[in-house]
Amino acid sequence: MSPESSVNFSQASSWAAQWQHLFYFLMGIFVFFSVLIFGLIFFFAIKYRRRSKDEIPPQIEGNLALEIIWTVIPAGLCVVMFVWASGLFFRNSRPPAASNEIFVIGQQWMWKVQHPEGIQEIDELHVPVGVPIKLTMTSQDVIHDFGIPAFRIKKDVLPGQYTSEWFTATKTGRFHLFCDQYCGTGHSAMIGWVIVMTTTDYARWLSGGVASRSMSDVGAELYVRYGCDTCHSRGKGPPFAGLYGSFVKLTTGQTVIVDDAYIRNYILTPSSQRVVGYAPVMPTFQGQLEEEQILQLTAYIKSLAKTESQGREAAKQ
Amino acid sequence: MSTALAEIEALPPVHYLNVSYGWRSWLFTTDHKRIAWLYLAAITFFFFVGGMAATLMRLNLIEPQGALVEPSTYNKLFTLHGLIMIFFFLAPSIPAVLGNFLIPLMIGARDVAFPRLNLLSWYIFMLGGFVFLYCTLSGGVDTGWTFYTPLSTTYANSNVMSAAMGVFISGFSSILTGLNFIVTIHKMRAPGLTWFRLPLFLWSIYATSVIFILAMPVIAMTMVLLMLERFLHVGIFDPALGGDPILFQHLFWFFGHPEVYVLVLPAMGVVSELIATFSRKRVFGYGFVAFSSVAIAFLSFLVWGHHMFVSGQSIYAGLIFSAFSFMVAIPSAIKVFNWTATLYKGSISYDTPMLYALGFIGLFTMGGLTGLFLASIAIDVHVHDTYFLVAHFHFIMVGGAVMGYLGGIHYWWPKMTGRMYPEGWARLAALLVFTGFILTFGPQFILGYLGMPRRYAVYPPEFQVLNVMSSAGASILAIGYVIPLIYLIWSARYGPIAGPNPWGAKGLEWTTASPPPTENFEVIPIVTEEAYAYGKR
Repeated sequence: MSPESSVNFSQASSWAAQWQHLFYFLMGIFVFFSVLIFGLIFFFAIKYRRRSKDEIPPQIEGNLALEIIWTVIPAGLCVVMFVWASGLFFRNSRPPAASNEIFVIGQQWMWKVQHPEGIQEIDELHVPVGVPIKLTMTSQDVIHDFGIPAFRIKKDVLPGQYTSEWFTATKTGRFHLFCDQYCGTGHSAMIGWVIVMTTTDYARWLSGGVASRSMSDVGAELYVRYGCDTCHSRGKGPPFAGLYGSFVKLTTGQTVIVDDAYIRNYILTPSSQRVVGYAPVMPTFQGQLEEEQILQLTAYIKSLAKTESQGREAAKQ
Repeated sequence: MSTALAEIEALPPVHYLNVSYGWRSWLFTTDHKRIAWLYLAAITFFFFVGGMAATLMRLNLIEPQGALVEPSTYNKLFTLHGLIMIFFFLAPSIPAVLGNFLIPLMIGARDVAFPRLNLLSWYIFMLGGFVFLYCTLSGGVDTGWTFYTPLSTTYANSNVMSAAMGVFISGFSSILTGLNFIVTIHKMRAPGLTWFRLPLFLWSIYATSVIFILAMPVIAMTMVLLMLERFLHVGIFDPALGGDPILFQHLFWFFGHPEVYVLVLPAMGVVSELIATFSRKRVFGYGFVAFSSVAIAFLSFLVWGHHMFVSGQSIYAGLIFSAFSFMVAIPSAIKVFNWTATLYKGSISYDTPMLYALGFIGLFTMGGLTGLFLASIAIDVHVHDTYFLVAHFHFIMVGGAVMGYLGGIHYWWPKMTGRMYPEGWARLAALLVFTGFILTFGPQFILGYLGMPRRYAVYPPEFQVLNVMSSAGASILAIGYVIPLIYLIWSARYGPIAGPNPWGAKGLEWTTASPPPTENFEVIPIVTEEAYAYGKR
């Protein structure tokens, strides 16, 4: 596919339209005050230019009323901007419950994308139009940032933890995706394309790919290959059925929900969050599992929550 | 050519420049005026090194695939440019050159409070500078001036240690300078010179010095932690070692954002002086301008989290940092309005320093207003880490701080050398700097709005037209910077004699000879009037 010759910067997500309104408001403020200040400077500089060498102009100490006016008006505008921008951000900070989840792993200098159905792609992200998509992201090495200008979003992708961002694409087409956080030598090569398709095209694309197994199927295989089953299927460790989304009590006294971040931390540093009632025999898998494999294991654990009747409140995705 | 008011006369027979000769008389001097020259020589060198790096970057970006260098070299160029300009040019520029030269002259003192400490500060600065030059000459560093972890601690293969060491060392120079200035302004003012009679430049320098003392130790500690992790693999920032990469960003920007105000506050002080002198008026709303400097210094410590809006920090933390960031806009707006109001019914001349001052107000206004976009957390989600941000902070740092510095250098040049610079050339250069600046950084706002990320060595072809415009502007800007270098050096020897007060300005520094004697004043002056008392003759 050839690179586009013009910038595809159309407002291609539901968020982009709301973003654009606020942006135009700020542009209005920018233009008004820039013109005001530049205009006054030019006007005063010409009108009050020095006309004789010894000229002494009238001295003006200041003016309290003016000071109050030009403090209160900018302050009021700042409040409007703050409330508008923060409200917009806050309302959109959590993805809708019905989002499709797709996983993104950043690594010097490429993007690996993993769909739950099993398809993996590199530097490309295929999504259906009109469906909320939640990206759960992590990095294998340094900090990256997954930004899509046409959607007006970006979020840092951190090593050692999950971050997420979400969008609902409103137009089909190809849109740039950029790494926005400087990540080393190949930073500017860490770019790719988001391909927004109609839902039917997307379904065809999902099924037409290389024959692949879903993330949870791969996870089930890893479960056996790494010997997780020797404890978790035999009562030495907690069984996975219904585990995802439930609450567990830790030996520290805390009660935490079993979610993606918890599972990841537990696999890598089990000693930090032992569960009450089980012997501390879980070894760390730090350095043995790739980030993708952790995501696949998580998908497997998540799939068990869905199939079992105990996992009622599970699978919030 | 010159608008000097004083009649042509001879230089005073003995002054601080000819009182002694030889390299020892300079390298072992404790005269604040000579130390200012030591800094001026050093930072001019660093400015042109940093400027060369910027020139190469802009040349490279003429072609989408990179016209000149490999990405690995490009990454070292922008890191070099950022580190040099921030730590080895802008931070010492106005405080260490103009501040050193002017503080004792403006308060009617014979020197700063601790003259030998002052010289030590310069040596520490130079040591830091040489360590950083060593880093550059032995291969350079490619982490960006922000040193984000774990890239800098675990993954970068360049000279991170020596770069961090250079920054670590140079910070102590700023701390000692700030300490020196604070004590000097507190303890050494001439009789009658009360706080509210101080020139506004000193309020700015005072606020800057406070930030130096509070923020610089934080970057020093951060650099030590960074070196510990990189060299000894102590897990602090790298999650693979049990650390937290975001912790680094908190520490870095707790220093970094106050640092930004360290760079622009002194320029604001300079502009207050220039506006008063060249419109022959007391600065409108003196008290508001003075206290806005203090307010900026205070608020600058509460906004660091706006650098981390998209880092995954808590939403609520983001909202609070957004609110504080809007708040810091208000004292800046107050300054702009008061400067503009000072022009009203003034007697305005178009001497070069005034051209820079008026340019400063306009460009700083635009830089400040675009800061509101970045403070708006929803807008930041798109423009963060794009060329929009690059353009924004260059409007503040170059359109603001560098313009203020150049205006100040031209304004006080006759006091420093006793001679005038050539006014025609200087106006031409000021015009080139202004137009070159707008053409360089204006297009970058649009590039960022369209989504082009910063720190890209190669970029998609549709961004090329705007990049070429920006590079063309940079070439004009470069010429605008080289011209003053030539005529200022020329004028130090051949310029017309300036006399003690060529501008007809108020302020104690203009009551003594140009150049001043080593002891500044034959008799310590007694101050009986407020600053900028242009009404009284």
